[in-house]
Amino acid sequence: MIHKFSMDGINIVMDVDSGAVHIVDNVVYEIVDDFKELSEKEIFEKYHNKFSEEEIKEALEEIKELEKEEMLFTEDDYEFVLPKVTNRNPVVKALCLHVAHDCNLKCKYCFAEEGEYHGKRSLMSAEVGKAAIDFIIKNSGARKNLEIDFFGGEPLMNFDVVKEIVEYGREQEKLHNKNFRFTITTNGILLDDEKMEYINKHMHNVVLSLDGRKEVNDNMRPKAGGQGSYETIVPKFQKLADSRNQTDYFVRGTFTKHNLDFAKDVMHLADLGFKQISVEPVVAEDEMDYAITEKDIPVIYDEYENLAKLIHKSRQEGKWFNFFHFNIDLKGGPCVVKRLAGCGSGTEYLAVTPEGDLYPCHQFVGKEEFKMGTVYEGVKDEKRREEFEGCNVYSKPDCKVCWAKFYCSGGCAANAYQYGGSILSQYKTGCELQKKRIECAIYLKAKEALSE
Amino acid sequence: MKHIKTLSTAMLKKTAATGGCGECQTSCQSACKTSCTVANQSCENK
Repeated sequence: MIHKFSMDGINIVMDVDSGAVHIVDNVVYEIVDDFKELSEKEIFEKYHNKFSEEEIKEALEEIKELEKEEMLFTEDDYEFVLPKVTNRNPVVKALCLHVAHDCNLKCKYCFAEEGEYHGKRSLMSAEVGKAAIDFIIKNSGARKNLEIDFFGGEPLMNFDVVKEIVEYGREQEKLHNKNFRFTITTNGILLDDEKMEYINKHMHNVVLSLDGRKEVNDNMRPKAGGQGSYETIVPKFQKLADSRNQTDYFVRGTFTKHNLDFAKDVMHLADLGFKQISVEPVVAEDEMDYAITEKDIPVIYDEYENLAKLIHKSRQEGKWFNFFHFNIDLKGGPCVVKRLAGCGSGTEYLAVTPEGDLYPCHQFVGKEEFKMGTVYEGVKDEKRREEFEGCNVYSKPDCKVCWAKFYCSGGCAANAYQYGGSILSQYKTGCELQKKRIECAIYLKAKEALSE
Repeated sequence: MKHIKTLSTAMLKKTAATGGCGECQTSCQSACKTSCTVANQSCENK
């Protein structure tokens, strides 16, 4: 399968099933669609008024050569890889610990309902946290690298327990030949020098929640009393980012229908000095006033293109920053097995509630029917685990034939469930935006290659 | 080539035989927590 698109005068042809990506001129861009459908004679006849005979001949020769080298029109024959995904021994390698089902902000779009996840406010005890460490060690098989993310609500509201869990993890990793990578996601309100120092010493990655411009952030991320959070958190985030040498962190924002000009927010974050930026669309029920719906797609497409051009310009001027969703590794990246299997929710990746209950991922927490077990007794709902294990690119009919399948890996199971009632369904608006982000990411790579 | 500049060569087929060790980072965990993007991750074995 091939996919082609043109952006800002650059023509791209992607050979989906081999992973090859080509920048092509107008001749190839036009005739490539007909290459498999028409004879050479018919192609000459169709395009003779547009291109010279020599140009068409050369273009056809180059297409033929790439086809021979399996870099164009490659067949998808990866079904044989599937057993590597579905027949794996169950291994858990990442846990999202909900150390606090409570929050000191009242963000309007919070899927956790201001931290409480449709339940009551609660904090994880150190005992539950340590049991989670024991659980992942016991269930991680031969995997050495294990991830623990401290999530909430707001995890800094229970930071003493975070520290106890980290210290226990550091002790246990030596005994079991494991390597824990701790990460934390925070809104920054309770961040202080002491916590920063601890975070820098122990956290492999930090996610800092900030939406962009002050008015945008403060509209969606107010404090309990209604005041904005921007002024409180920005100086702390800047300090933390600098103290980590501008690596191994992300400022992570959400854009909504209220700021479809979100490129301004990304550039604002860059102007604040942040080098690692992730801003992505809100996922919300269509009836919410801030929800992004199908109707917004064309405007967002334009804005993503605008952002891609702004990022390129900024980099050309020596002001480099990374935008997570335009970041793509074309020369390596993950293996096809990973690309088929996706995020690992419900299998390799589980969320743990303050009480120690296990869920397929943080977004399923609070949906009682998705409770899979506890950190004490392990995964008990084997049927649910198998359902998630069977969720891959080939088990979703729409994904199987989609050109973006090896880039998004079938998308988010929680979003699919929220919109289609099944983890095997699709969140179509999300798919359309994802595809545009992939195109923008490739466009940026092409721009870089052409300016070298 | 005159009409085509290859930006990235084919590499997926090669990884079909060698991949699947599972040591790589969990995709959603790494930064976004609300959507799944896999192609921007790196391989732990490189």
